[in-house]
Amino acid sequence: MSEAAAQIQFFTSFQASDLKYLAEAAGNTLLISVIAISIGSVLGTLFGWALSVSKLVAFSLGSILDVFRSVPLIIQLLLFYNFFPIIGFPLDPFEAGVVVLIFYTSALVAQVARGGIEAVPDSLRRASRSLGMTYWQEMRYVVFPVGTRAVLPSWAGVALGVLKDSALVSVLGYVELLRASQILITRTQEPFIILAIVGAFYFALSYPIAKVTDRLEKRWQYD
Amino acid sequence: MPSTLAPLLVLIMDYNFHWRPVWRALPDLLDAALITLEVALLSMVIGIVIGMVLAIMRLYGNIAMRGFASVWIEAARNTPALLQFFFFGFGLGAFDLHLSPYMIVLVGLSFNNAGYLAENFRGGFQAIPVTQFNAARCLGMTSSQAFIRIVIPQVFKLVYHPMTNQMVWAVLISSLGMLVGFRELAGETQFMASNTFRLFEFFLAAAVIYYLIVKIILLVFYLISRRLFNY
Repeated sequence: MSEAAAQIQFFTSFQASDLKYLAEAAGNTLLISVIAISIGSVLGTLFGWALSVSKLVAFSLGSILDVFRSVPLIIQLLLFYNFFPIIGFPLDPFEAGVVVLIFYTSALVAQVARGGIEAVPDSLRRASRSLGMTYWQEMRYVVFPVGTRAVLPSWAGVALGVLKDSALVSVLGYVELLRASQILITRTQEPFIILAIVGAFYFALSYPIAKVTDRLEKRWQYD
Repeated sequence: MPSTLAPLLVLIMDYNFHWRPVWRALPDLLDAALITLEVALLSMVIGIVIGMVLAIMRLYGNIAMRGFASVWIEAARNTPALLQFFFFGFGLGAFDLHLSPYMIVLVGLSFNNAGYLAENFRGGFQAIPVTQFNAARCLGMTSSQAFIRIVIPQVFKLVYHPMTNQMVWAVLISSLGMLVGFRELAGETQFMASNTFRLFEFFLAAAVIYYLIVKIILLVFYLISRRLFNY
């Protein structure tokens, strides 16, 4: 057997280049969650505002959003992924995942945003109106800053939840961190070490955000 | 749907819905839903016990206990539940521990629940004024009596609502059992859907059942809370 042929190995153990592969996959996880969290938060804030404005909207929109919080995300993903081809728009896993995650995020954020708006005391809002602010000025300069501070921790909780839940998009076939770990496990047959490393990646993504919000929350208390 | 719209819809949707396989499989799906409920409830009970211990360890333990509890809590809260399931399912094979699909879901869910509930309990313990404990001691209770009879019931009341949410969460996460080969509601749905190729119909049915389960849980927990805290 020639020397070159002897060097070919079909099953290699975990190696340095795999870390790079995992890092890229972590980038994909971050990408899909950042898109979902940013668009979902904006949408969710609008929903939350709508929920707080009228009882009729609160009931109708609220019960629709409730569905997203009462059905497992994995079922939502599979349902939407199989639904789009039916109406003639097959989506790729990334697109379907993003769409579902955006709605999921917005449903969770809507609840948080409504809590934030309701956390602003009525007297404060009336005071701002009696100073001559318009409704939108009141919203922009009084309700938004005060409400944001009240619900920042819950919002961070939602964001971290979505970051972790984005792992489920792997079921559709989008190669993010968890999917990458499955691919590597298939090759290396070392599930323990790879799952531990991937866990560390997730931890590295989410723990700093949790700590930063903790600190921000404490600092804002004395502001 | 008005019949005038039907031709239009056919143009857009080149798809015929078939609901009969779903109806035929409905008893199986409902049986699977019971398994979902069972595993979620069981994991909640285990999670509450371990979570309570972890919270006490993190608050009052020595450095080793605090470290152990912190690692558990942070690992459970900062990694995806699916990763935890995979870890218990496949990762533990490195130590010659091979869990059945049922055990993977139960252990994974309990681990996850314990981590989240421990943080809730910790918040609850911190919210109870220490004077409550001192007053109980003054009345002649031992410290464990004071803890069990005075502090924990109050904590329980404080964390009841987060616990309800965690129960709902447990039901939703148990659907990941589908990916480790466990035939609870989602797994059974997946199985039936692959048998009949009616993926959309089956997953829609599963979504409806999950929605109903969640609503029933919320209702039951609300009724229990009315009986428990109505004093």
